[in-house]
Amino acid sequence: MESLAADYLPILIFLGLAIGLGLVLILAAAVLAVRNPDPEKVSAYECGFNAFDDARMKFDVRFYLVAILFIIFDLEVAFLFPWAVAFADVGIVGFWSMMVFLAVLTVGFAYEWKKGALEWE
Amino acid sequence: MSADLTILLPEIVLAVYAMAALLFGVYTTKDKTAPMLTWGTAGIFAVLAFWIGFNGEGTNAALGGMFVDDGFSRFAKVVILISAAAVLVMSESYMAKRNLLRFEYPLLIALAATGMMVMVSAGDLIVLYMGLELQSLSLYVVASLRRDSVKSTEAGLKYFVLGALSSGLLLYGCSLTYGYAGTTMFEGVIAAANAEHISLGLLFGLVFIVAGLAFKVSAAPFHMWTPDVYEGSPTPVTAFFATAPKMAAMGLFARVVHDAFGNVTADWGQIVAFLSVASMFLGAVAAIGQRDIKRLMAYSSIAHMGFALMGLASGTAFGVQAMLVYMAIYVTMNVGTFAFILSMERDGQVVTDIGALNLYSKHEPLKALAVLILMFSLAGVPPLVGFFGKFYVLQAAVQADMAWLAVAGVIASVIGAFYYLRIVYYMYFGEETEALDPAMAPAQWVFLMASAAIMVFGVINLFGIEGPAVAAAAALVN
Repeated sequence: MESLAADYLPILIFLGLAIGLGLVLILAAAVLAVRNPDPEKVSAYECGFNAFDDARMKFDVRFYLVAILFIIFDLEVAFLFPWAVAFADVGIVGFWSMMVFLAVLTVGFAYEWKKGALEWE
Repeated sequence: MSADLTILLPEIVLAVYAMAALLFGVYTTKDKTAPMLTWGTAGIFAVLAFWIGFNGEGTNAALGGMFVDDGFSRFAKVVILISAAAVLVMSESYMAKRNLLRFEYPLLIALAATGMMVMVSAGDLIVLYMGLELQSLSLYVVASLRRDSVKSTEAGLKYFVLGALSSGLLLYGCSLTYGYAGTTMFEGVIAAANAEHISLGLLFGLVFIVAGLAFKVSAAPFHMWTPDVYEGSPTPVTAFFATAPKMAAMGLFARVVHDAFGNVTADWGQIVAFLSVASMFLGAVAAIGQRDIKRLMAYSSIAHMGFALMGLASGTAFGVQAMLVYMAIYVTMNVGTFAFILSMERDGQVVTDIGALNLYSKHEPLKALAVLILMFSLAGVPPLVGFFGKFYVLQAAVQADMAWLAVAGVIASVIGAFYYLRIVYYMYFGEETEALDPAMAPAQWVFLMASAAIMVFGVINLFGIEGPAVAAAAALVN
């Protein structure tokens, strides 16, 4: 068990290094930088114009819907790809497992299609 | 392979039914099929409960031990399915009246039930997580079923965020356990976690898994989502949250600590004992200030989880048996209580303030009596069945040399009695206020009366659930 933990020592060192370096860079900017703020400098910069709107815009919920639907079918590929690579080794059980998975996914797809989630208007 | 599928058949039937009904619903008349699907789903739950309850025998492992069908899982599945069916039946009229009865509702409940059945049968960390997520994802959606209400969507979002956090904790624990045990199978983990020596990494894994599961059973100090989610969700959904998922999470908890960490009882026993004491006292004290009956029931469920965890903390077979009996009684009491809460309305508007119950006994003596019995039983007043549930877990704690835990339980139960008795006080001696509507859906009336009757007549032999509970505990602890 000790040797198993020792195998991960480089990762621990890497983590420490990453955190240390990150902290140094942030703190250096806070400590060393010359700061001379005035109202013009701290106001939002928008290509030379005065800011004319709140940056936190409301987005139509349909964008999120499309994004979420996309993620589902994108992740499906993450499962299909290794399955296809190892196709010769997974055997008949592996083949049918994937078919069942795809069938379940198709049920979801048929549902969202008929429900109208794919229509913009 | 086909033998595996036979063992998995109830879960497969339920999952295939849910998917087929989903397509049926969306390709026909959509929400018009909802009442039919609600009754159909409840019917399927009941049939599966009978099938599992009367047909199952012995211990069968499927998929190389990843899925275990034994007395313990069957006991839990029967409780889960029957309570889910009861909640569906009594919620139909409430949902229809408020235009909430979408056809997805019974199907999401069916998928959640599938997840719960997988949870209590898990023999592997991955199966555990899969079942838990199937259950949780379905529940997040039904929590925000009333999507035009700020409170309901807030409940769904809060539940989702905190549920995701707890899943993260649980997954972290699982990965540590996998890393130090070298396997995700419970059989392998129990071999790696010996009584003489448990490696530090495995111990960390155990602690994180227990913390994640404590979130799911809403044990203090991981309870903070419960009151808000209970209050914001539509009442039938709250009724569901308070029954079947609690049994499933408790079953999963028992399965993980006994099947995977059964050799290191002392290590997790103290954590579970702490969770138990914290939940009992928090549930008892925090509910005193609540006037909303749904929030009150949320704190009540936290306290009850504390008692169920007391059985588990003892780490013995008798403790598991006490926990199972306690959970079965708890679920029955909650079905009856929520059947009543679902019927609470004035001029057709939902009322959840307990002040609305003032002098209820004058207008509705029979229903007030049923609620009185349920409140006394929830408080653990002898000679009602709720008392025997508490007696069982206290006995388990004393037998395991944890008398201090039993004493703490008795003190917490006395404090908690206050808010149950206050409801009874309002009903019988309160001030005159505008009365609640006398109407009550027949299904709700039946469940309220049946639950109250069980609390009275169950004292004879607890309807024989002790036998299956003994067998279930023996199957789990060895």
